[in-house]
Amino acid sequence: MLGYALRRLAATIPVMGVVALFVFSLLYLSPGDPAAVIAGDIATEEDIAKIRAKLGLDQPYLVRFGTWLVSLSQGDLGTSIFTGLPVTTLIGQRLEPTLALTLCTLIVAVALAVPLGVLAAARAGGWIDRVVMGVSVVGFSVPVFVLAYGLVLLFSIHLEWLPVQGYSPIREGFWPFLRHMILPSVALGLTYMALIARITRASMLDVLSQDYVRTAHAKGLAPGTVLVRHALKNAAVPIVTIIGIGIALLIGGVVVTETVFAIPGIGRLTVDAILRRDYPIIQGVTLLFSAVYVLVNLLVDLSYVLFDPRIRY
Amino acid sequence: MAEANPASPPVVTPVNSGTAWRRLGAALRRHPTAIAGAVVLVLMVLVAVLAPWLGTVDPLTVSPVKRLKPPSAQYWFGTDMLGRDVYSRVIYGTRVSLTVGLAVALAATAIGLAIGLVTGFVRWLDAIVMRVMDGLMSIPSVLLAIALIALTKASLTNVIAAIAIAEIPRVVRLVRSLVLQLREQPYVEAAVASGTRVPMILLRHILPNTVAPLLVQATYICASAMITEAILSFIGAGTPPNIPSWGNIMAESRSLIQIAGTILLFPGIFLSLTVLSVNLLGDGMRDALDPRLARRL
Repeated sequence: MLGYALRRLAATIPVMGVVALFVFSLLYLSPGDPAAVIAGDIATEEDIAKIRAKLGLDQPYLVRFGTWLVSLSQGDLGTSIFTGLPVTTLIGQRLEPTLALTLCTLIVAVALAVPLGVLAAARAGGWIDRVVMGVSVVGFSVPVFVLAYGLVLLFSIHLEWLPVQGYSPIREGFWPFLRHMILPSVALGLTYMALIARITRASMLDVLSQDYVRTAHAKGLAPGTVLVRHALKNAAVPIVTIIGIGIALLIGGVVVTETVFAIPGIGRLTVDAILRRDYPIIQGVTLLFSAVYVLVNLLVDLSYVLFDPRIRY
Repeated sequence: MAEANPASPPVVTPVNSGTAWRRLGAALRRHPTAIAGAVVLVLMVLVAVLAPWLGTVDPLTVSPVKRLKPPSAQYWFGTDMLGRDVYSRVIYGTRVSLTVGLAVALAATAIGLAIGLVTGFVRWLDAIVMRVMDGLMSIPSVLLAIALIALTKASLTNVIAAIAIAEIPRVVRLVRSLVLQLREQPYVEAAVASGTRVPMILLRHILPNTVAPLLVQATYICASAMITEAILSFIGAGTPPNIPSWGNIMAESRSLIQIAGTILLFPGIFLSLTVLSVNLLGDGMRDALDPRLARRL
């Protein structure tokens, strides 16, 4: 198992290498002069030259990539053009709200979607099934920020139950933290929930038609026990897989959700960086989020052992 | 790889394209939701094409005296903070969403198909290309598009290119897996044995069998491209502000949510309805053409 885990960890190195190479090469592949684009419309020749030197665009490609990789391996993501601060520092300052938002969303989405998917499969064709499938199609179709504004208009402005926007750190009280997290988590989580509920239903339907489920029913086990102990456990692998893959949705959605709700996290940092064309920040955030995505999916792979003892490494 | 288990059906059933189209028609008729999707989509296309004749005014005309009017008989959806007619802007915004959705679906499918066909048949390329695709797929697509946009001047073409690049790896994956399955089919083996050259095999035997799954995939790509465009425009990394797009309209009205929330509502409803109609059409086609095809992320 440990050997397998290490081998899988090693296998992520080429993937991350491609990500790094791609994100790095964009500066060179993009049409036109990126230094001029970053500098903006009112920049002088001198400003552009300064930015070009800062980004290392005046040096040969391979030399620059080498230096960049070395500093990357030392945990240096470069320096922001606008603020002059190291990108790692900027990300560090913004980490907590983003972490809080993604974890809340993850918990809400999984806690709602898996039971709904199980119920939908258990009563396939029934009204729960229809509602879950209907809502999941809608979940794929309503963009995060549209749903977010819909929720804000209803719950914050019309009913005045929840704050319109903002973030309250958990150490300043759990209740204010929760009040600020409810709408963002629901908005961000709907598409993710739709995805998980659909896969849970499909995977459960597969398992429920197996002989051992009929046997379990026949020997008089309570229907709930059959569903959870026998069926859900065996249906878990695809569900866990989609929870991992869906992280990509959450990461993309975080950028938008933080903008809508004015949450001072990494997503907000990215959007501010776009407006200022602060490419080192965008580069750093892209690398970080890709690494998180790759690592989460590595953990998902390794977790299969917990659900299916037949899987041996 | 070549041992076939007689009990299990082959994963890809070669179909005659004529019957496939007929099956598609029959199955769509069995899916009322897919029909509804098609109807809404056709309506949206009409709205986009006929935008100048739908009671709209120039969506860029600014009239500061008429700022922030609520919806009325003259301004159906009200006016924004510059006094521009929101109804006209939303109607013209249909063009952006549909253009981006269609262009990205076509570009990503065509390029992905070409790469997938070649890598599926040329083994030494396969390992390299798939590593690159794995890497690209690890970058969340919104961030990949943001990174691409940040380095180019804002334009509709750049937005389309950025979203398409993020979608290509998924098409390559699908096409490659189809090619790898089809290569084992007896009729492909027969073609290889009788000395048919690779380009001919790809064209005559492989390509026709990728049409159905690709059509479904292209529909989902279209839907997600429209969402990505709106997201990019909303965060200021998308369609330039001088073109009214649904994402732009919502971005501009962001600060107005407390006083004129309806401006945000209309483009949001149009966007969701359009994406929903494309998704419904895609689900209907998937059920009709290839029930085993899992829903793409």
